[in-house]
Amino acid sequence: MTTTTSHASPPAASGSNQPLLEVEDLRVTFGGRKGPQFTAVDGISFSVAPGQTVGLVGESGCGKSVTSLAIMNLLPGRGNKVTGSVRFDGKELLTLGDAAMRDLRGADLAMIFQDPLSSLNPVVPLGVQVSEVLQRHRRMKKPAANKRSEELLGKVGIPDPTRRLNEYPHQLSGGMRQRALIAMALACEPRMLIADEPTTALDVTIQAQILALLKELVEESGTALMMITHDLGVVAGLCDEVNVLYGGRIVERAARHELFATPRHPYTGGLLASIPRLDLPRGGRLNPVKGSVADNIPWDEGCAFAPRCNSVIDVCTQKSPDLAPDEATSDRLLRCHNPLTTDASDSTQEA
Amino acid sequence: MTQTANDAETDSGAEPEVLLDVRGLKVHFPIKSGIIFGRVTGYVYAVDGIDLKIRRGETYGLVGESGCGKSTFGRAVLQLEEPTAGEVHFAGKDLASMKGEELRKQRQHMQMVFQDPLGSLDPRQTVEQLLLEGMRAHGLTKNRDSRQRLIDLLEAVGLPRNALSKYPHEFSGGQRQRIGIARALAVDPELIVADEPVSALDVSVQAQVVNLMQDLQKEFGLTYLVIAHDLAVVRHMSDRIGVMYLGALVEESDADDLYGHPLHPYTRALMSAVPVPDPLVEDTREQILLQGDLPSPANPPTGCRFHTRCPWAQATLCDTERPELRELETVETSKGHRVACHYAEQILSGEIQRRT
Ligand SMILES: Nc1ncnc2c1ncn2[C@@H]1O[C@H](COP(=O)(O)OP(=O)(O)OP(=O)(O)O)[C@@H](O)[C@H]1O
Ligand SMILES: Nc1ncnc2c1ncn2[C@@H]1O[C@H](COP(=O)(O)OP(=O)(O)OP(=O)(O)O)[C@@H](O)[C@H]1O
Ligand code: SF4
Ligand SMILES: [Mg+2]
Ligand SMILES: [Mg+2]
Repeated sequence: MTTTTSHASPPAASGSNQPLLEVEDLRVTFGGRKGPQFTAVDGISFSVAPGQTVGLVGESGCGKSVTSLAIMNLLPGRGNKVTGSVRFDGKELLTLGDAAMRDLRGADLAMIFQDPLSSLNPVVPLGVQVSEVLQRHRRMKKPAANKRSEELLGKVGIPDPTRRLNEYPHQLSGGMRQRALIAMALACEPRMLIADEPTTALDVTIQAQILALLKELVEESGTALMMITHDLGVVAGLCDEVNVLYGGRIVERAARHELFATPRHPYTGGLLASIPRLDLPRGGRLNPVKGSVADNIPWDEGCAFAPRCNSVIDVCTQKSPDLAPDEATSDRLLRCHNPLTTDASDSTQEA
Repeated sequence: MTQTANDAETDSGAEPEVLLDVRGLKVHFPIKSGIIFGRVTGYVYAVDGIDLKIRRGETYGLVGESGCGKSTFGRAVLQLEEPTAGEVHFAGKDLASMKGEELRKQRQHMQMVFQDPLGSLDPRQTVEQLLLEGMRAHGLTKNRDSRQRLIDLLEAVGLPRNALSKYPHEFSGGQRQRIGIARALAVDPELIVADEPVSALDVSVQAQVVNLMQDLQKEFGLTYLVIAHDLAVVRHMSDRIGVMYLGALVEESDADDLYGHPLHPYTRALMSAVPVPDPLVEDTREQILLQGDLPSPANPPTGCRFHTRCPWAQATLCDTERPELRELETVETSKGHRVACHYAEQILSGEIQRRT
């Protein structure tokens, strides 16, 4: 099978389409009472429209998974505080009751996780798991549900689906499990899919299969997709709009072509300069971002990234930068006192 | 970066010496069944016949999918895994025939750096104890100022002096990997086998460790075997690259030539699957999507091990004969570019087309 990655459909400019998911000023704080408080997600806002793929990128611990779990209402009830607003199709989810939320999760809003094994039931054959979803949420009769399960497993590229229906999760490879999980997520034809690092644990050849599958889903069924990843390559090929997260806040948001052509936030530029590219001539040194997230300063004292930033100026450690429309490019939101120049040639890879 | 070292060698005339020479290496793990008697019912053919040479001062990158036998190969090179067959010559000496004290002495020259820095460092030892351990084992603490040596080591890997009295958990992932590298360096090795040295790190930190390894190579004249699944990282670091599939090399070449002229269908598929962080490239990138998964190394396919997934597989030879790693007689590929495919010439010329 051969595909040429194409984006025939216009990159669903946000706004042209009524958003399906609207996240506003989402904040998740852990701890408190006796222990120290820790704000993992610090006032995040974004929206996703049908047929649109919105990416959340950033390094380990920046709050990607917590954001998705908060949206899905899947954070442990105790030890955390969630504020702000999450509207799905106009309905507020943060105050929705457990039963209503469960119905929504099965039917309209689905999620796939990084580790497929943890979200499959180990003692129930695969086919039964997919079939149960269909019986519960789509009120299908068992024979019809079984038949549909087989179709779905075939559709996600699981060879010999009839035999696989009777196998248990541990009998499948990681790639097969992830595909089974996608089959389950697709079973109810959800209007929105949240994918948290769905391919991080997989080999690149398997990753390519899964990404092609997700792309097809968005293009053919108009599913809204929220894609969480730390891989800028995946973002470049898949996401219409990209949110770069740092320390629990969005630091830059732009459409993918604009973001990669002229990264404006020093962290975005730093990420791009630090990855070697397979398609460019070899040689030269990488330009790492110095230090690590352990060096961050609190957001309310300035810019959390300041200690690692090559563009840092005095104001960076005195005043917290706001997320605001970028005047120079007027095509994005930016949280930075001293952004990179719009001259793409010197913003990323130096000699 | 390692290029400079090589250029210098080439200028002086002679080809650099082969430091590591692996011949016909096999590691088969027995599969046992039966609780009491442990009857052997089969084997996992983790490494199944690998020949490769690494020259002094160069970086050899080994890539391939999860489970193809990369780590097992690396461990077998260091004799941490007993080879089922084959020879490993290090600086001209056959390690497989060595035992006990003799082998232990050789180990000083060959060190390993692991993927998970925390898992490979004893949490109850301070950095000082961790570093001194290896030096003591090889008698390097006797007539040297070991304190000064520790400080030099820390400086070489970019850690502050006060790190000596701290424990591994007090460091970030990138710093822990620096400790792992310092520990390997402590005994003055010639060869470092680095198994996924940056895979567990964030991209922003990954580049720091990649640069560090390159600097240290230049400074200490190290030879590297870098094992990783990230093709872009391996290509950046390596002079030569070997591509593994199910326990064997399917292609080997200079790092530049591998991307410029991939010859093996698996290499082509692998490279076409790597996402590039550039939307302009992504929009037009032609992908060769492989069907299915890696077959089990306990029951590898007959003939060419890739034939079950190969989009170019032919009705003759592919499923019956195991292709040898060989050099092609073409002008386009550089010297030493080897491939294990029956139809490499015809695929290269376009005579045989891919099934789509
Ligand atoms: N249940 C919890 N209790 C306390 N802190 C938590 C909890 N879950 C997450 N955190 C913290 O919140 C921060 C954000 O975590 P999150 O899992 O969202 O990161 P991430 O961006 O998904 O990272 P990764 O790329 O490693 O998956 C981290 O510092 C994490 O330690
Ligand atoms: N001690 C062992 N006993 C039995 N089988 C083993 C043992 N060690 C490894 N294997 C098997 O040998 C094969 C090769 O494993 P290896 O760890 O070398 O792969 P790898 O290429 O390093 O994979 P990864 O990229 O996931 O690290 C796998 O099928 C593995 O399950
Ligand atoms: S605000 Fe300052 S410190 Fe933060 S990213 Fe921008 S220039 Fe760097
Ligand atoms: Mg996460
Ligand atoms: Mg390994």
